[in-house]
Amino acid sequence: MARVLRHLVPLLFLALCVFGIVVAKITAPFLLSEMLVRIGRNSVLVLSLLVPILAGLGLNFGIVIGAMAGQIGAILIVKWGIPGIGGFGLAWLIATPIAILLGIATGSLFNRAKGREMVTGLIAGFFANGLYQLLFLFAVGSIIPFHNPAMVLPQGYGLRNTVDLSTIQYAIDDLIKLRFHLQGVEIRVPVVSYALIAAFCFLTLFFFRTRLGQQFRAMGQDPHVAAIAGIPVERNRIVATVLSTVTAAWGQLLFLQNIGTLNTYSSHEQVGMFAIAALLVSGATVSQATVGQALLGTVLFHTLFVVSPLAGKALAGDAQIGEYFRVFVAYALITVALVLHAWQSARAAREARRETR
Amino acid sequence: MTSSAAGAPALELKGIVKEYEQNRVLKGVSLSFQSPAEAMEAGIGMVHQEFMLLPGFRVAENIKLNREPTLPNPASRVLGKKLESLDVARMRADARRALDAVGLGIDEWIRVAGLPVGHMQFIEIAREVDKERLKLLIFDEPTAVLTESDAEKLLDIMRGLASKGHAILFITHRLDEVLAVANRITVLRDGEVVGTPDPKTTTVARIAELMVGRPAAIAAQRRFFAPTTEPALGIEHLREDMPGERVEDISLAVRRGEILGIGGLAGHGKLGIANGIMGLYPAWGRVVFGEKLFPLNEPREALERGLAFVSEDRRGVGLLPEESVELNIALSALEAQGRFLHPSPIPALQVLNHGAMHRHALEMIRALDIRTTGPSQQVRRLSGGNQQKVCVARAMTLRPKLLFVSEPTRGIDVGAKERVLEILTALNREQEVTLVVTSSELAELRAICDRVAIVYRGKVEAILPPDAPDAAFGLAMAGESARAA
Repeated sequence: MARVLRHLVPLLFLALCVFGIVVAKITAPFLLSEMLVRIGRNSVLVLSLLVPILAGLGLNFGIVIGAMAGQIGAILIVKWGIPGIGGFGLAWLIATPIAILLGIATGSLFNRAKGREMVTGLIAGFFANGLYQLLFLFAVGSIIPFHNPAMVLPQGYGLRNTVDLSTIQYAIDDLIKLRFHLQGVEIRVPVVSYALIAAFCFLTLFFFRTRLGQQFRAMGQDPHVAAIAGIPVERNRIVATVLSTVTAAWGQLLFLQNIGTLNTYSSHEQVGMFAIAALLVSGATVSQATVGQALLGTVLFHTLFVVSPLAGKALAGDAQIGEYFRVFVAYALITVALVLHAWQSARAAREARRETR
Repeated sequence: MTSSAAGAPALELKGIVKEYEQNRVLKGVSLSFQSPAEAMEAGIGMVHQEFMLLPGFRVAENIKLNREPTLPNPASRVLGKKLESLDVARMRADARRALDAVGLGIDEWIRVAGLPVGHMQFIEIAREVDKERLKLLIFDEPTAVLTESDAEKLLDIMRGLASKGHAILFITHRLDEVLAVANRITVLRDGEVVGTPDPKTTTVARIAELMVGRPAAIAAQRRFFAPTTEPALGIEHLREDMPGERVEDISLAVRRGEILGIGGLAGHGKLGIANGIMGLYPAWGRVVFGEKLFPLNEPREALERGLAFVSEDRRGVGLLPEESVELNIALSALEAQGRFLHPSPIPALQVLNHGAMHRHALEMIRALDIRTTGPSQQVRRLSGGNQQKVCVARAMTLRPKLLFVSEPTRGIDVGAKERVLEILTALNREQEVTLVVTSSELAELRAICDRVAIVYRGKVEAILPPDAPDAAFGLAMAGESARAA
């Protein structure tokens, strides 16, 4: 039953996508070009969720905090006016130490809230958002000197709603240009972005096979047994959170260089929710997720992203209807996945008790 | 090369071992450990009573957990040894060797989940044997889950390890096994050493006697109310799913008017019986109460039919610690029987009758000698013994026909203990309430009960009169009552 249900989620999603493609009469070249872009900019964020799941921390809603670190890097290089790959690299360098520090803080918080990491991460994200707003809405330009009329609000302090990132747009995507035409549609392949994603996948897989990865796996299964075996569980939990937060910061930068604009106060808000929804769509759970599932989930979730407004327009004459259903389905899926997991783990615990008698 | 064995409830013993470990001398060096890792470093291994295995890991991964052989790689050269790759071939080879050493012929690369418990036990031992530095190996009730032939095999392995120079600390309540393998024996009871009999000259009966000890100073009070042979509660094949307790097939007949004691070692199911019948954990089986079939898993029904329960978990289940003494005493009766309420035409809008509650609480405070500043005092401010009296008062308020009392004297001081036991016997004698008392303290059961049932591995092992010999109780608790007959 549980096995069927696990495959049921991705299959349902696939059916939904196919249905949308058929009713909206979406062509293959259009879908391909859209998907190449979306997979390129979202995969790393989804991959950033894997390590905490492995280590038994569940879905890291705290990656929102990593995304904020990435955005701080992006804002600074725009202020300094450093364009292109150099700017992107500098943003990366600035974001990383910030993400490490925030990751340590989040990880320590998780250690004080064992077993409730997910809701803690979610709320910590909201809290961090408050600090982020305080920083960019008030402190910038008033306490922190920041004179750049293009970025600062007319009142003299606080950043504008959007930051133009056109100077670093496609800095990575177009490092190697690969374009071709398919049935009259131009298809751009962001080669370097895909190389980076491949590298992240490889690194994650490699990590799973190291000594530390093995410790994480053991903790994920049973922290008590892991501790008895001498594994520094608390410390490793912080390491897992840091790795996730840093990866999320990088993932957010990759995302922003593709989009080309930064919504100062909202770009990061949905990062956690969307990445988690994408992962769960693949049939991954709170305690079990693979690299393959992360990629599959990204493909399925973003196919629906592309398809749903068009399907809504074709069916009801309004793209908003499709958007409404997409959001509705995404949240429904998170709920189903979480309930399913709670139900399965309760049952597993009951069976384990019976077996060890 | 020494081995010692002890017979006593395993839970109590774990505490001792812990304390012992904090200040122990190994090969002439005094050690105190801050973490499991340090104890491991010093050469102490442990085979746990509850398996310390990861079910999703393969056998070899479990054996080599956190001691994996590794190979360097480019990342590890930069970022440190923790990122070295696992050397799977060596992991498997090491695991194979360890498994062979304990005579377990299973594939080392299958997952542990789903393996028979006997195999898991031997995997645990293989893991310890694989540790190069191993000097002392602690076995905590290793044979409890094994079949007889597996247990034999385990004892052979223990002998083999000892002959190779490993010290073994063998904690068990299976007395035969102690005599079969131990070089020295230490018997513990209630956290104290009560004897070190010589394994060459002692007998199982003698060790059992030491385990149980003399009945405490509580004088056995002669009863005024003679129990009948009439059945009050019939339990047939009770099975239950309660964490940490084993209730597998309990059949027991409680006679009207008696005090029936239930004893046994921790985890064998004695606490599960009352919890199961009162509906606190899912249970299956056939229960007859007052000649009528009694529905299981219906806590409210249990109260309404005249059962009451003083739980072993006073703070968790028994009391509302922030509330007043009077409300705590009245609560169950108020809920189950609608007492202490002002009459009202709409049942949901009945208002508490504080006056009646207050008067009743005063009565109970006097009757049970509850030391409190008054009925309105918060229960959490009372001492453990007085909290227990409040629990008893609440159960009495229900005017039950049959009362379950679990661990009535746990965590309360000696004076209060006697008072609580007196109250229980008085309740039985004067108000003719049938009592089923569950306790880890055999002495108190023998002091107040008419009969004492001993459970072992989820079944009733024996029902003994309170004046049966010590050895009979000891043997029953070790699952060897056949030997006493």
